[in-house]
Amino acid sequence: MSLMDLFRKKPSSGNNAKSRLQLALVADRTGCSPEIMEKIKNDIITVLSKYVEIDTEGLDINITQTQSENGQGNVPALYANIPIKELRRHE
Amino acid sequence: MGEVIVVTSGKGGVGKTTTTANVGTGLAKLDKKVALIDTDIGLRNLDVVMGLENRIVYNLVDVVEGNCTIKKALIKDKRYPNLYLMPSAQTRDKSAVTPEQMKQLCEQLKKEFDYVIMDCPAGIEQGFKNAIAGADRALVVTTPEVSAVRDADRIIGLLEASEMARTDLIVNRLRSDMVNRGDMMSSSDVVDILAIDLIGVVPDDENIVIATNNGEPLVGDNSLAGQAYMNICRRIIGEEVPFLDLNPKKGFFSRLFGR
Repeated sequence: MSLMDLFRKKPSSGNNAKSRLQLALVADRTGCSPEIMEKIKNDIITVLSKYVEIDTEGLDINITQTQSENGQGNVPALYANIPIKELRRHE
Repeated sequence: MGEVIVVTSGKGGVGKTTTTANVGTGLAKLDKKVALIDTDIGLRNLDVVMGLENRIVYNLVDVVEGNCTIKKALIKDKRYPNLYLMPSAQTRDKSAVTPEQMKQLCEQLKKEFDYVIMDCPAGIEQGFKNAIAGADRALVVTTPEVSAVRDADRIIGLLEASEMARTDLIVNRLRSDMVNRGDMMSSSDVVDILAIDLIGVVPDDENIVIATNNGEPLVGDNSLAGQAYMNICRRIIGEEVPFLDLNPKKGFFSRLFGR
């Protein structure tokens, strides 16, 4: 261990556990593997890129649990936060 | 009419049996009439945790198969006037009992007891299905570890699918020192992930090991775990109880040196 390591803050393992679990459980609950999520994400990017310029770095697409509208407990929902850099102008 | 509560977790070794023993004993201390049922057929454990292993004559399978009455298979815990244990069979397997038979047994027991607490085996197979069949509500036990929480999530899904009326979470074996330095998920992290109601947080306490060694549940004593379990019992009977501060009191010297 170098001297600098003493001062560098390690990411806490508790937070790491939480975020890993959240990802694993999304896959468990929906039966949707991370691979398929990646494909969905790429397809969405392809489609949207026809019309707008997307910030692919800031892109966040997830399947989460949400309260169903008729109050029948939790249902999976696709959540997407897609920052747009610029609208492409169509002549 | 009493209430049947199943204590379940998915993963093994997270404290289902300890929780069953302490919640059951605690409810008896609160003057409720309680029956504890060990549904882990083939891996009998609740009897030793309760310190009643030397008094077994009949067991759950004997009752279900009609070899004895329910009353005969219930061991009376002499330390408490209204606490009983129905042990599991050691030489049989899960298939000796069906969910339908368990349902009928629960219906019978509910007439006699205020609370019937079922200690569920680990896993999601037949033993689990047997244990939840007659239950009115569930206590899901987990520890703040990725493996246990993931299994708890699976169990919660299965309980929802079987239309369990109420499911509450117990976070067991929390180490506040590790949570404070960020090396363990906190109980609120676990609640965030599992999204069900929290009914108790039990600290990792060596007194649990000692109590289990002696076959005497520690619920209601002065230890942190003993207090945490008693609070769970009070919440089960509907009292509003604030959550314990699990940070152990610091002594003068450790405060002086900031440790």
